[in-house]
Amino acid sequence: MSTNLALKLFRNMYRIRAVEEEIARRYSEGKMRCPVHLSIGQEAVPAAFAESVRVTDFAVSTHRGHAHYLAKGGDLKSLIAEIYGKAAGCAKGKGGSMHLIDLGVNFMGTSAIVGNSIPIGVGLALSAQLKGTDQISCIFLGDGAIEEGVFYESVNFAAVRKLPALFICENNLYSVYSPLSVRHPEGRSIAKMVEAMGVQTAEGDGNDALATHQIMQNAVDKVRAGGGPHFLEFFTYRWREHCGPNFDNDIGYRTQEEFQDWQSREPIRRMERTLHQTDPAVMDEMRVEVNAEVQAVFEYAEATQFPAQSEAYQGVYA
Amino acid sequence: MTQMNFAAAINEALHQAMEIDPTVICYGLGVTDPKAVFATTANLEQRFGSDRVFDMPTSENAMTGVAIGAALNGIKSVMTHQRLDFFLLAVDQLINGAAKWHYMFGGQNSIPITIRLIIGRGWGQGPTHSQNLQAWFAHIPGLKVVMPTTPEDAKGLLLASIFDPNPVIFLEHRWLHNTIGEVPEGDTRLPLGRARIAYAGTDITIVSMSYMTIEALHAAEFLKEQGVSCEIIDLRTIKPLDWETVFVSVSKTGRLLALDSGFTTGSVAGEIVARVAIEQFSVLRCAPARLAMPDVPEPTSPALTKGFYIRAADIATRALEMMGKDASTAKSGLPEPVPHDVPGEWFRGPF
Repeated sequence: MSTNLALKLFRNMYRIRAVEEEIARRYSEGKMRCPVHLSIGQEAVPAAFAESVRVTDFAVSTHRGHAHYLAKGGDLKSLIAEIYGKAAGCAKGKGGSMHLIDLGVNFMGTSAIVGNSIPIGVGLALSAQLKGTDQISCIFLGDGAIEEGVFYESVNFAAVRKLPALFICENNLYSVYSPLSVRHPEGRSIAKMVEAMGVQTAEGDGNDALATHQIMQNAVDKVRAGGGPHFLEFFTYRWREHCGPNFDNDIGYRTQEEFQDWQSREPIRRMERTLHQTDPAVMDEMRVEVNAEVQAVFEYAEATQFPAQSEAYQGVYA
Repeated sequence: MTQMNFAAAINEALHQAMEIDPTVICYGLGVTDPKAVFATTANLEQRFGSDRVFDMPTSENAMTGVAIGAALNGIKSVMTHQRLDFFLLAVDQLINGAAKWHYMFGGQNSIPITIRLIIGRGWGQGPTHSQNLQAWFAHIPGLKVVMPTTPEDAKGLLLASIFDPNPVIFLEHRWLHNTIGEVPEGDTRLPLGRARIAYAGTDITIVSMSYMTIEALHAAEFLKEQGVSCEIIDLRTIKPLDWETVFVSVSKTGRLLALDSGFTTGSVAGEIVARVAIEQFSVLRCAPARLAMPDVPEPTSPALTKGFYIRAADIATRALEMMGKDASTAKSGLPEPVPHDVPGEWFRGPF
């Protein structure tokens, strides 16, 4: 194990967690007036992603996209300003939490419609192939998107044209509040099903950042080397409600036992245990630094200007 | 100027666009097959290669998303569907994605894609091969909707659509593919959003689009013999719509008859009637009118499509009524052709 890599993964996860926790903490103030889908508990996959790809690679994501945006290197100030609906937001206040973009790091967009960004990521992969670059296109999706027809259409086309596309599925077991058991036949593996479509696949524990990184880096290298599309499935778990800042184990769609079982495999504490031989001061310093950054960014986002009312009517056409 | 049919003009525009700009690609089910989508995509693959011109899986929705994604990295896709109705599988990518991308990400990028959709009619095209959904597309902010009538406009407007930075729905009426006209050579882009006076007149303004303009032109010749001078406005672009040309004409004639090849409720014709009534009420000499398809799916049997379409006789009848003239001769003066369900006797199907 590389301690250097483990520390990077720890810092990535801690930063995503700190941002999401701060959104949750402040949400009830009513100043972030858009739906938010938090990735608390699901930080390992984006943290590993951040250490596997290049800034020039493309990425698209979903309604639960804050973590992917940050992992790709998306600007934190623009993210929080966007959630606050400010002019300095990454989409100038027109998109909100579910429409994130940072073209400076080729984070090309997120969509509020399940499955919607999948073919867009495939189109980016096609563009890289047409232009003869060695960029790859990374497509984040959840287990719910596996049930959308467009997923199969997209994987199929990527396989037909041997496109440099990497599909990254975070399987958190629920589509909103509907469990896999009402959506998939018992015992079927998503990864195996996708493999049958002519795509190389791998699956892994999405709460183990180091293992996830190994799988991710391997796939990224293969896709970049012209190995065609790959599909990765990582098992993980969302802690808070589907949409919003609260815990919701009380409403009865999942059990306290299940929740506690997943909490016992929580990715950040796991990494802390892995790093037990590292000087605790190193991680403390990271925590302090991240906490200060996050506080400063929220203060900035609260203080910065709203867009002018007239801006609502601008920019329908390019 | 060269004489060619509408389909050949489309083909010429595609060749022109791909030659001008190496980032233009062309794909769709059948674009490289021997029939080449009614010959509109003929020889593109041979000339520009299979990277830029390719057949595709029957995946209308994903392939629309592919066009969006490619557009984000500077590729201009021209996607073709042999019927508009097939493309309805792609409304998520079109409406939630392409139409809004520029706006909802704060104007940082744009989606320069062109989606060619062919509208069928007659020969049993039936409920799901004949829908004229221009009003429905025009309802969505962020889309442009283009609907040419002549071969010259087909070429000029397709070129403009391909090089427009926005998503454009380009609607080709199948009954126009074999109509012949003069087409200028070269890069003959025409501005989107500008209508054409297809027939100049002073008594009544007839606003029309696509194939309906052909019927209107037949009606206009008959009306001329009846002493009625029509002005036919061929919209060419449904969105953005050239209101100025409509308003100027209605100011002159004081009468408006809006035609539409789509269903009546929520039609483009209805929108035109509404806006003219709201903004030009004082110049109107009689109530504005519209002629659009009934709010029923197009049936398949030739027995059921007899008298079903809006024809020149219907247009002439309504225009004469609006002029306060005897309209009883219109039906006999402009009889429904036999057979009635084909663009010409030469047409033998299948689609």
